[in-house]
Amino acid sequence: MIQIQKTRRVEALTGNYAAAYAVKAADVDVIAVYPITPQTTIVEKLSEFVANGELNAELIHVESEHSALSAVVGASAAGARVFTATSSQGLELAHEILHIASAMRLPIVMAVPTRAISAPISIHNDYSDVMNARDTGWVIYIAASAQEVYDTIIQAYRVAETVNLPVMVAYDGFLISHTVEPVELNNEEEVRRFLPRSVRPYTLNPKRPVTMGPLASPDWYYEFKYQQVLAMKEAYKVVKDVDALYGEKFGRSYGVVETYKMEDAEYAIVTYGGAAFGNAKAAVDIARERGIAAGVVRVRLYRPFPTMDVLKVLEGVKALAVLDRAIMFGSPAEGPLYKDIATAMFMHGVDKPAVNVIHGIGQRTMYVEDMYKIYTMLRENPRKEVVFMGVRV
Amino acid sequence: MKVYFRTLKDLPREELFAPGHRMCAGCGAAIAMRWITKTIGPNAIIANATGCVEVTTTPYPETAWMHPYIHVAFENAAAVASGVEAAIKTLKRKGMWDAGDTKVVVIAGDGGTYDIGLQSLSGMLERRHGVLYILYDNEAYMNTGIQRSGSTPKYAWTTTTPVGTAVRGKIQWKKDIMGIVMAHRVPYAATASIAYILDMVNKIKTALEYTEEGPTFLHIYAPCVPGWRYPENKTVEIARLAVETGYFPLYEWDHGKLRLNPPSNNHLDKTKRKPLKEFLKLQGRFAHLTDEEIAELEEELDAYWQYLAKLQTL
Repeated sequence: MIQIQKTRRVEALTGNYAAAYAVKAADVDVIAVYPITPQTTIVEKLSEFVANGELNAELIHVESEHSALSAVVGASAAGARVFTATSSQGLELAHEILHIASAMRLPIVMAVPTRAISAPISIHNDYSDVMNARDTGWVIYIAASAQEVYDTIIQAYRVAETVNLPVMVAYDGFLISHTVEPVELNNEEEVRRFLPRSVRPYTLNPKRPVTMGPLASPDWYYEFKYQQVLAMKEAYKVVKDVDALYGEKFGRSYGVVETYKMEDAEYAIVTYGGAAFGNAKAAVDIARERGIAAGVVRVRLYRPFPTMDVLKVLEGVKALAVLDRAIMFGSPAEGPLYKDIATAMFMHGVDKPAVNVIHGIGQRTMYVEDMYKIYTMLRENPRKEVVFMGVRV
Repeated sequence: MKVYFRTLKDLPREELFAPGHRMCAGCGAAIAMRWITKTIGPNAIIANATGCVEVTTTPYPETAWMHPYIHVAFENAAAVASGVEAAIKTLKRKGMWDAGDTKVVVIAGDGGTYDIGLQSLSGMLERRHGVLYILYDNEAYMNTGIQRSGSTPKYAWTTTTPVGTAVRGKIQWKKDIMGIVMAHRVPYAATASIAYILDMVNKIKTALEYTEEGPTFLHIYAPCVPGWRYPENKTVEIARLAVETGYFPLYEWDHGKLRLNPPSNNHLDKTKRKPLKEFLKLQGRFAHLTDEEIAELEEELDAYWQYLAKLQTL
């Protein structure tokens, strides 16, 4: 008789359900619940887990996203492992507390299936919400599959509790959050061993009273802020270490940037998120069939920005395009990732044609053919001005 | 209310609010903080909204708080406290809370309660977190320099309701925050005054113990020297006159029953109340009031007492 040892458990899950399963595996204590499309199914699933006794956590059914983040700030300060999730307007409403959560050095983990921002109101996907929050002192991952969402949320707790910073795990709203994919789930006992309960030195506890959130005069404020700068630098190393450790333990790791056919690429697209990366990969195959040495780079860790890793994978290319899915109105270039990469190149003396392409705004369809056109443009005439692709002008 | 402290001799001795804070001489809120911290005892966590008390008590690297204390922002103290309470609950269940029966207390001013924090307060009350929410009411945004709030009384001068030739002070009436809280059917809500210490500490203790059942609320009247424009030795006197004139009645809402507390329990009879003018005349913020305007305020006060009388019959 053949006995199949069931060590792997693969389920068909949406990106949002994958997030919920990761939170359950992490044995989270307090979850702030507030609905917003396309995030809602995460907290629905978590509510089911709690209702069925599968997860021993307190749900706080808050009355807004501002209170959602405030409540998990309070719970995290009291020493609990916490989770919340939001999108778009919700992230905007909670923006004030994003800064406070990171400055108070609280290891909060938040999932953000990304969505366009009003007005006009749109429930569809782009990255305007996360890009507005990119400099709030949070570690930000952008995942590209349901499996990666699951793995990244588990990694996020380890990172957050190591460097004492909050971590955002973003991914395409709908295109990943609501797309069913096979997801390999870890043994929950092993996840809990990977995420040991560490006693944090400062929590709200009457046995060891501390004052949190004080007033800082000009004599002190800057030092608090500089400590956040240092914490981000440390996070860059910790993210890599945790990813490697996770790979050893669970067999999957991602690095801080993911590449496709970059080894000999002359023309590259650099982007983020699942849909843009997936379509660009398909375009690479077409371009290569047609004689263009194309490749694509996906930035997985967005904050802290993996400057040296990005520059390294771009070393051999003749020209690159940065494909952004958010618009920073009135900027020298409207794409946020482009600005990061341009800054990185300038600071390190890299001078090569780099074009900013904006696409997929409000989930405008990004065709593989569009991506292919980017490669031909790079080869023939890399433009200086920002290219707004897919828009009717 | 349960009587935990019968005489001044019974009052808690241990000081848990350190001297050296930066509150004004004669600050009504400072008196409230001293008695709040003494009465709740050391096994409590305090969540404070942005405001006078917050900025004057936590100038890094100093603090006046001997309790574990957290300040996050202006509008969210109730949400923060909800999180703290939920954390203690789960951590207890999982055997990870080592401090025993820890209480959670919010301290917020009138701006942080009547106005910007009203939504998070309502959420906390509706979800029935076991949190004592204490409002210290000085009737304006004093921390930013005396701007009107939803708590500022009609005709009061503030920097955003100046006394001009066209408009004289605040145009609107003070919001009935107790009515809003009571409408959430909380187990216990009460008003208190820094001029009536025994009444106040018994209410603090009662409200704290009732958090076993759900959220409780205290509305503490706390005069402000620079904001109300009076000499700093008059704080307690003005707070007492607020009660004696019927302007700020002492009462409690205990499981759906309204009870007026001494001396307010005699004030349904208008003749037992001192004239409102005695309260108003000590304060620069009311110095511009005409007799007609005072008469209007008195009329409104009578209507408020009739409303309380009706509530008492429920």
